[in-house]
Amino acid sequence: MKIKVLAVLLVMTAGVALAGPMSVQVRNGKVRATPSQLGKIVATVDYGAQVQAGDVQNGWYPVTLPDGQTGWLHESALTKKRIAMSAGTSDAATGVSSDEVALAGKGFNEQVEAKMKADGKLDYTWVDRMAAFKVTEDQIASFRAQGKLPGGAQ
Amino acid sequence: MNGRYLFAAIAVVGLLGTVLFCGCEGVGDVGAEIGRATGVLTDDEAESVRRGAQAVEKTFQDLTPEQEYYIGRAVVAEVLQSYPPLDRPEANDYLNLLGQSLAVFSDRPETFGGYHFLLLDSDEVNAFAAPGGLILVTRGMIQCCQSEDELAAVLAHEICHVSLKHGLSAIKQSRLTSAFTIIGAETAKQMGGEELAALTEEFEGSVGDVVMTLTTSGYSRKQETRADAGAVEVLRRAGYPETSIMTMLARMDERLSHSGGLGFAKTHPSAAGRAQTLSSKVVDTGAGVNAVRQQRFTAAMQSIIAGT
Repeated sequence: MKIKVLAVLLVMTAGVALAGPMSVQVRNGKVRATPSQLGKIVATVDYGAQVQAGDVQNGWYPVTLPDGQTGWLHESALTKKRIAMSAGTSDAATGVSSDEVALAGKGFNEQVEAKMKADGKLDYTWVDRMAAFKVTEDQIASFRAQGKLPGGAQ
Repeated sequence: MNGRYLFAAIAVVGLLGTVLFCGCEGVGDVGAEIGRATGVLTDDEAESVRRGAQAVEKTFQDLTPEQEYYIGRAVVAEVLQSYPPLDRPEANDYLNLLGQSLAVFSDRPETFGGYHFLLLDSDEVNAFAAPGGLILVTRGMIQCCQSEDELAAVLAHEICHVSLKHGLSAIKQSRLTSAFTIIGAETAKQMGGEELAALTEEFEGSVGDVVMTLTTSGYSRKQETRADAGAVEVLRRAGYPETSIMTMLARMDERLSHSGGLGFAKTHPSAAGRAQTLSSKVVDTGAGVNAVRQQRFTAAMQSIIAGT
């Protein structure tokens, strides 16, 4: 018992980065070179991808991607749940409880939206146009520079 | 009713009560296990009890970012039925540039589909934040702003409603429980017709709850206060003067006092009250008006402000 307590204390106090798997819970996770909103994007990761994450620091996880690339992902892009990409995958069969697994595409999903459209209940034309408004990181950087916006604080 | 079904009914009712009144977790598993171990429930029935109890335990916080995204899309589609979009590419491009450059500084910079902004062709002074990051701003609200900094304050406030999931919190718990029950029971890759119809009904109801809150009933005063405080933080991180939210609120107070309680005034606490609550949090750095920001705001929005 004493040994266990000591071990826990050691881990807590040593500040050792405990790497663990996390899943990307957004469509395009932006992996940045530094733990900052304005950090250079070094890679993007798809929904459901698993990364190895260290200890969170001010909202940013140091991550290693499956291809070995490293960088930082904001905590809002990650979940500790495993995201199974195929709706209906039998989570029980793998011995993983449904609480630990978020099934991509399960629930309020594309299929439900398709039914709303098929039933003629909602018109998504402008929703799609709106979602297509793209702003690049370079545009943001130049917009901020021209507007003499200081900071970029955490 | 035979003994097994009676047990199942008692188990579910008991679990509901326990969860609702004690907030205990995992009681569904306990109940199901007791039923299974005593042979009163079959494995399938025990699983069903467990799923039912798990669904009751879930709240809007358990909706995944992907589900939030689909709710947000439908919310926008529904709001657009009453508020037509304003098809001004230059103004919408500027709005997105400003909005997305602020959203990266929110506590939740990444959502499933990202942040996107659209102008609405309405004189009403209003703005709506749909779950997931789709934000709508009326022409009337733009006319209320006299600078990029003030528009930034409006957008930062709406971004905070998204990051704090205020839209999702408007969904009635009973709908979520029904939806999570259906989701929990779904095992096939594609939902069957009945499940899909039932889930779509809960989806429509959920979207309706959010739209009702956005357009008619409004968020709670506490939620508005939190979004205001969050907006100050976003403005500070992004380098905009925090005082811009105070000038914006003063301008809205002036304008809304003549609006007869429509739009924003209907769904938000008074601007003067909000400013008073916020005053202790705002730091005045004495930053003046930046000429470039003023020029680009005017260039993008002048025709809208002029009403042409």
